[in-house]
Amino acid sequence: MERDSVKDQADSYVTDDGRTIGPTVMEMKNITLRFGGVEAIKDISFDIREGEIRAIIGPNGAGKSSMLNVISGFYVPQEGEVWYKGARRPPMKPYQVAQQGIARTFQNIALFEGMSVLDNVMTGRLTQMKSGLLAQSLWKGKAEREEIENREIAEKVIDFLEIQAIRKTPVARLPYGLKKRVELARALAAEPTILLLDEPMAGMNVEEKEDMSRFILDVNDEFGTTIALIEHDMGVVMDLSDRVVVMDYGRKIGDGSPDEVRNNQEVIDAYLGMAHD
Amino acid sequence: MPEQLAFTIEVFLNGLMAGVLYALVALGFVLIYKASGIFNYAQGVMALFAALTLVGIMEGQVPFSHLINAILGTEVHHFGWHIPAFLAIVLTMVVMIVLAYCVQRFVFRYLVGQEPIILFMATIGLAYFLEGVGDLMWGSEIKTLDVGLPQGINVWIDEFTFNATGYGFFIDNLDIVASIVAAILVIGLVMFAQYTKQGRAMRAVADDHQAALSVGVSLNFIWILVWSLAGFVALVAGIMWGAKSGVQFSLSLIALKALPVLMLGGFTSIPGAIVGGLIIGVGEKLFEFLIGAPFLGGATENWFAYMLALVFLVFRPQGLFGEKIIERV
Repeated sequence: MERDSVKDQADSYVTDDGRTIGPTVMEMKNITLRFGGVEAIKDISFDIREGEIRAIIGPNGAGKSSMLNVISGFYVPQEGEVWYKGARRPPMKPYQVAQQGIARTFQNIALFEGMSVLDNVMTGRLTQMKSGLLAQSLWKGKAEREEIENREIAEKVIDFLEIQAIRKTPVARLPYGLKKRVELARALAAEPTILLLDEPMAGMNVEEKEDMSRFILDVNDEFGTTIALIEHDMGVVMDLSDRVVVMDYGRKIGDGSPDEVRNNQEVIDAYLGMAHD
Repeated sequence: MPEQLAFTIEVFLNGLMAGVLYALVALGFVLIYKASGIFNYAQGVMALFAALTLVGIMEGQVPFSHLINAILGTEVHHFGWHIPAFLAIVLTMVVMIVLAYCVQRFVFRYLVGQEPIILFMATIGLAYFLEGVGDLMWGSEIKTLDVGLPQGINVWIDEFTFNATGYGFFIDNLDIVASIVAAILVIGLVMFAQYTKQGRAMRAVADDHQAALSVGVSLNFIWILVWSLAGFVALVAGIMWGAKSGVQFSLSLIALKALPVLMLGGFTSIPGAIVGGLIIGVGEKLFEFLIGAPFLGGATENWFAYMLALVFLVFRPQGLFGEKIIERV
């Protein structure tokens, strides 16, 4: 499990397909999360490097979503430390985490159903808009310029994810696959340092999965966004990610490149069931 | 023009004007309900509290003077100044914002994620608390509120309609002002919600708490903002009602009239609050004039609104503009 120490120590390295992976941007140290007597996460440590696609996989109930909720501040772990950009992060509210540049999507899609697609994507810009309540209400000068700038970025993201055709459509009317994409657009509009994707491919058909995979790779490639994603479909993840953390029953049972993880006996046992004789 | 028809039109217009005032109170309910799912029973008392505070500040009354005098044995009642209406309104708004902060900080912060009925009970408590504090701060006597709004019959309309139709309509200037203010208020609120950062954040919170958190919106801040806006609407409603019928504690009862307004218009719709208010206002005045007074012995205005609301509950429970609740199996 203690793999490629060379890569871990190096500040940055270049992948086979020519992308540069930078130094560690986030590090989870000995995280333990309990709900009453149940330990959802048991003493897990791993890191996320700048510019990489980092996957967290595991069977249902392994604690993957809990882990993502710890990173995004929705859960506060009982033990352990979260290090972000070289400093220990104090316990924070989810909105503060978002303001620090960590955007996320949800497994069950949490969009603003009553708003249009464009409005939804614009909410992604909220953390970047600095002018105060009064300036905003009076709608002059700085606030106006800011609105236009943010609108441009939102439109760019909409173009990039190919959802121009539904810009003005209320989200409630969209099919599931498109909603997932709008949610990605909203997260991306925040220009996040780290993008957290909670089961981005859940409930999709093969074609939609391929589309989503392509978008995730394009986002990473084009904007250099660091991406941490959760999946329980191993096949998709292996093609997509640079490094993979494998969880089972709240423990970490594997961590490394897709190939290393694939050949890890504990991982195989967790996914295929253990032979007991 | 036949006299009966002319009377009916006049009653209709006066009903519209009365409806505007109902709508003003209902608007405060809708704001808070949309953003936080709290049905704020205290909205009417907030209007009363705002009006009391406004009068108190304008007249230079010493807050808690009865209490202070009783404890210290002093005889202070007035600071001895009169503050111009505009400045007093600004100061009252500051008080309403402080109130909004306190309500969020000391009550609803501890009730996040609770059942709606618990939140509702908390607002009932808040209503009685505010009524008590208002009494203690400013005294319980009926006060006149004069912020310089024009009052009495609008002579121009009276003369114009008299020359045109042979019957002069009686429309109160205050009602006309109230209608204009309400229109500006609604347009302002809609613009704020649609085109500003905070408005967008407000709509986001109203739609989905979790998603709002994930895009960096502080629920706490938005809720304080919404309670402040509701306080502002309460202040406007308090000024209008206070100017019309004096600042008295029965003012808090107008909150009850806002209930049927909301049942008609829907709890989540700002236009609904306006239309609902107008329908109730016109409905009860016309019903009283055409049916109530001649055939039922009068005083139907007291119950007509509730009866209409009941009928609506049977046939269209989500109101005219409310979101239809569809439960998927």
